[in-house]
Amino acid sequence: MKPGTRLKSAACDTEVMVIRAAEGQIECGGAPMGEAKPAEAAPLAADFSAGTLMGKRYVDAAGQYELLCVKPGKGSLSVDGQALVVKDAKPLPASD
Amino acid sequence: MNIALLLEMAAEAAPDRVGLVCDGKRWTYGDLLAAARGAFSIIQNSGAEYVALLDESSEAAVIAVFGAALAGVPYCPLNYRLPDADLAALLGRIAPALVIGDEERVTRVARGQGHTILSREEFTLKAQETVPADDAREYDPGEGVAIQLFTSGTTAAPKAAILRHSNLLGYILGTVEFASADEADAALVVVPPYHIAGISALLSSIYAQRKIVMLPAFSPEGWLGLVEAEAITNAFVVPTMLARIVDAMDKKAADGGAVVRTASLRAIAYGGGKMPLEVIHKALERFPAAGFTNAYGLTETSSTIALLGPDDHREALASEDPKVRGRLTSLGKPIPTVEIEIRGESGEVLPLGEAGEIYVRGEQVSGEYKEKSALDAEGWFPTRDAGYMDEDGYLFLSGRADDVIVRGGENMSPGEIEDVLLTHPAIADACACAIPSIEWGEAVGIAIVTRDGFEAPAETELKDLVRSRLRSSRVPGKVAFLAELPYNEMGKLLRRKVKEVLAG
Repeated sequence: MKPGTRLKSAACDTEVMVIRAAEGQIECGGAPMGEAKPAEAAPLAADFSAGTLMGKRYVDAAGQYELLCVKPGKGSLSVDGQALVVKDAKPLPASD
Repeated sequence: MNIALLLEMAAEAAPDRVGLVCDGKRWTYGDLLAAARGAFSIIQNSGAEYVALLDESSEAAVIAVFGAALAGVPYCPLNYRLPDADLAALLGRIAPALVIGDEERVTRVARGQGHTILSREEFTLKAQETVPADDAREYDPGEGVAIQLFTSGTTAAPKAAILRHSNLLGYILGTVEFASADEADAALVVVPPYHIAGISALLSSIYAQRKIVMLPAFSPEGWLGLVEAEAITNAFVVPTMLARIVDAMDKKAADGGAVVRTASLRAIAYGGGKMPLEVIHKALERFPAAGFTNAYGLTETSSTIALLGPDDHREALASEDPKVRGRLTSLGKPIPTVEIEIRGESGEVLPLGEAGEIYVRGEQVSGEYKEKSALDAEGWFPTRDAGYMDEDGYLFLSGRADDVIVRGGENMSPGEIEDVLLTHPAIADACACAIPSIEWGEAVGIAIVTRDGFEAPAETELKDLVRSRLRSSRVPGKVAFLAELPYNEMGKLLRRKVKEVLAG
C-alpha cells in the first residue's frame, strides 16, 4: 500500500490517508477499506464503532501502520482484526 | 495526495472559523475552500500551465496556491522586486501562465508571452463567484509539482526549484498536528509570498487551524501595531525584521511614547538568514513571555529541517556553561523526520565536530529543479551550506560551501555583480564575496584589479555602477584594490581567499 493512498470505509464515512503500511488488511468498522467506496454499505461491527477522529493518526503497536484520518466517521480502525490506537502527538514548536 | 487536503480538512472541521485576516477582511475556512474551487475552474478554463503571483501577500495568494493545487498546475510566486528584464525572463520561462497581481507591469514587460493576466481584485472576485460545474470537478490527485520557486545560485540565471505535493505534505504532516491551535491563536505572516517560508506559513497555519493575519508590507511600526490590534500569538520573522522591531521598541521607549502591548505573543520563530547574537539577546529581553524558535531550512527542503526550540533558547540564555550558551548560535537539532549528515570534499561522512557540507534526506526534501535533480543516488541533497554537528547533536553553520552571498535572507550570486564590474573599462578583474554585517548577516564586499595604464576607479563610482545596473542590495559595503585575484590550478576564482583578505 503506497503512502499517500486514500482509503474509504465501507461501513461509515471515515476516510484515511496512508502514511505507512505493511501487507495486512486495513479495516474500518470491521470491514475492509478500499480506494473506491463500495456501492453496498457494510454493516458497522459493534466492536469497531468507537469512531475515528479528523486529523488524528492511528498506529499499530509494531509501528508498521500509520493512518491519518482525513474524514471522520463512526467506525474505528483495525488491521487484520487488531484495533489501531491514536498516536501520541509530540508537536514541534511552530517554525514558520 | 494533494496539498489542498490541508484546506479541505480545515474547512470540514470548522467551516465557519476565521482562517485568514488581510487588510481588515476576514475569511473563513469554508470561504477559502469555496474560492479555491472557483479558482480551480478559472485556471482550468485559462489553459495556463502555471499560476504565477506578482504581488504582495493577500488572500489571493492563499486562493491561488490551493486553486492551483486542485487544478494540478504548479504555483509559481515571483519576486516583485526584480528589475523588469529579469522578471520578463522568468515570465518567459513559465509561459503561458495565469498571472495574478500587477497587471500593468506584466502586460508591459511580458507582452506577447501569452499570459492570462488578472489583478488581485479581479481574481479574488471571480474565484468567489465561480462554482465548478458538477461534472467538472476532477481535482488533481496531487502526484506532480505543487510549487515552483526561482532561486539564486552562484551564476546569474535563477534555477527553478520544484516542490511536489508529497514533499510539502511530508513536511506539514511530519511537523504539524491537525487543529492543534487554540481558537484564539493568530499567526502574523509577513514573509513575502515568493519565499518558501511565506508559503509554508500558510500551509502549516491552515492545517493547525491557526488564524493567519497578513501584513503585506513589513514595517516595524506596522508589525507592532498588528500584534496589538489582532492579539497575535505566533510570528515568523527574518533576522533583519527582528532587529528593526527591537530598535523601534527601544526608540519608542526612549521617546517616552505609549508602550506597545505585545504580551499576546507566545511564539516567535525566525530563519532565512544568520541571526546576529546581539539581536537575539535583545529580542529575548524585549519579549520575555515569548518562546523563540530558530528554524533552518531551504526552498529545496520545503523549509525547516532543523530547529532550536524555546527550551533550548532559555537554557542557553540561563547557562554559565559556554558550550550551552553557544547553542544560541546553532541551528538546533534536525527535526525527527529528516536525516542530516556532514560530508567532506570527497563525499565521505565526517565525524561529529568536523566541518564539511550539510547534506539532508527525507520525504520533504525535493532537491529537484526543472532542469535536473541535485539529489545523489541515495536521495541525499547537498545544501551548499558548510557546517558541523557537535557531540550533543546540535548543528552549526560555518558559512556557504559555495560562494553565494546571503544578505537579509536573500541569496545573491557573486557572478552577477562581477559581470557588472567587469564592464568598467578600468577594471581588469573583479571578485564579489560575503562580508559580515550586523544588520544583514552578510553584505557584499568586492576586490578589484585595476587595468594597466588606468587609474583605479573611485569607490563611489563602483557603488553607483552596481546600484544602477543591479539593485541597491548588491552595492558593496567594502572595496579592496588588489594587484591580482587568487585562482586555483583549474582556473577557478578562489572567492573564499578574497573573503579572508576583506576580513583582515
